[in-house]
Amino acid sequence: MKNLKSTMAGTVFTVNVVVGEEVVVGQVVFVLESMKMEIPVEAEVAGKVATIIVGEGDFVNEGDVLLTFE
Amino acid sequence: MGEKKGYNERLEEKLTTIFAGGHAKYHEKMNEQNKLFVRDRLALLFDDGEYIEDGRFANVEAGDLPADGVVTATGKVNGQTVCVMANDSTVKAGSWGSRTVEKIIRIQEIAEKNRVPMLYLVDSAGARITDQLDMFPNRRGAGRIFHNQVRLSGFIPQICLLFGPSAAGGAYIPAFCDVVIMVEGNASMYLGSPRMAEKVIGEKVTLEEMGGARMHCTVSGVGDVLVTSEEEAIAEAKKYLGYFPANYTEKPNKVEPKQIKEGRSLEAIIPENQNAPFDMYEAIDALIDEGSFFDVKKLFAAELITGFARIEGQAVGIIANQPKVKGGVLFVDSADKATKFISLCDAFSIPLLFLADVPGFMIGTKVERAGIIRHGAKLIAAMSSATVPKISVIVRKAYGAGLYAMAGPAFEPDVCIALPTAQIAVMGPEAAVNAVYSNKIEAIEDPKERIKFVQEKHAEYKEEIDIYKLASEMIIDEIVSPSDLRVELSKRLHYYENKQISVAPRKHPVLPV
Repeated sequence: MKNLKSTMAGTVFTVNVVVGEEVVVGQVVFVLESMKMEIPVEAEVAGKVATIIVGEGDFVNEGDVLLTFE
Repeated sequence: MGEKKGYNERLEEKLTTIFAGGHAKYHEKMNEQNKLFVRDRLALLFDDGEYIEDGRFANVEAGDLPADGVVTATGKVNGQTVCVMANDSTVKAGSWGSRTVEKIIRIQEIAEKNRVPMLYLVDSAGARITDQLDMFPNRRGAGRIFHNQVRLSGFIPQICLLFGPSAAGGAYIPAFCDVVIMVEGNASMYLGSPRMAEKVIGEKVTLEEMGGARMHCTVSGVGDVLVTSEEEAIAEAKKYLGYFPANYTEKPNKVEPKQIKEGRSLEAIIPENQNAPFDMYEAIDALIDEGSFFDVKKLFAAELITGFARIEGQAVGIIANQPKVKGGVLFVDSADKATKFISLCDAFSIPLLFLADVPGFMIGTKVERAGIIRHGAKLIAAMSSATVPKISVIVRKAYGAGLYAMAGPAFEPDVCIALPTAQIAVMGPEAAVNAVYSNKIEAIEDPKERIKFVQEKHAEYKEEIDIYKLASEMIIDEIVSPSDLRVELSKRLHYYENKQISVAPRKHPVLPV
């Protein structure tokens, strides 16, 4: 199953999609806050969102899975 | 008369065999892989397809080893003399015998004596195990090729075009080059093949995963430029060479200036909110001659951009933070990427332009365990010891050691220019206020009072780090409007052309790696 991983360590600032949404390549799916910066996390593949694993305010490490696609 | 004709016939016969390369079935295989025959590669590389060759008759008596699997040639590229070694993978898979190795060593010696760039067109299975005593451990064995590469590093440019495998010891040819251009799908580098990995350590892995071109250009950072065809690889190598002098004693040439690419102004590109990302590539386009950017390690550690460009025709090496990727924060890999690039530019008199928008080096357990301190030190050491003209432009924020890494005032840049959006500080306002007043903030019970207090402290802090205050203290040398920056940079590159600084005598610094 395809998924989307965090590009760096930080806290989830915004979740920009909902379950069932069709995501296109390059779409900003999450914004992380790290090093006092807003870090956009873009989708590397297109797909329909199956599950969103993290919520706003959660700490994520580099490589943690943020969401999965169907 | 008859005897003379015999001589010529014999020569013609030998030449025909040599020019044909290996067996027809290997030519067919190359064709299927979209690979070109070694002599077709050379015809594409050299101006008018012309070159001279040494050791053409190597191993001619063996019959099935034309040129002993490597062509060593000298010719012109963009009008500049260069030396080339090019493996012929139709001959025993481009493997190295004793004469192959001797030919490579000799062409390196020719490049050294004539002080011209050396190109390595690699497509080789590695050592011929059957010939190992003749080519592996001896004084003029394969090790000497790498020894020569190290000696020539920084003396002449060394460029690797990787068309096929570069296996085991052979993988050090690309590693010792200044730049490695890899053809996706065909090029690979590995110390042990997947077959060997399975036998020796029990790992099951594909060649692409373990040593493919894309992996090396995105993950390991051993590759610099990923291309889709051999023609593109050769075109990129020519473009790259255009920024370089023949050797360290010369300077890069100037070319006809071009206008900037049509697009938004620098002022429109840079957001006022320090924390909002923007695309640094767009900002670079607004400063350089159109189409002049040559990206080095584009796909590796993309939070930092390194590449060659021209400003009003003058060559420059750009090191720029990319706020769009990982907030432009410096990581272990970005530090490595910048270190090699700075060292390369400094070796061949290419001035350095730093475009800073950096929140600092990454923090946290993961990067500390990866040794971010020594990697950061390596970058700062390379930048600090570079003697070419160094221009530091503070585009937006430059916090903490990020300011140091981007050639901040203490590192003797020829100039430190601030844009009006610049913000130089140990850390950003939010972090600083938190660090200094966290106990006090927590003690305030009324939420409104608390917010008011924090906002006041933010305002005080911002005043403290106001860019005009820093200019007034002469910490920065100049404040320039974004619309004037290109002209400012062009003038300074011109005025600093003959920069010379003397370095205190010593053998060499100890590298903090």
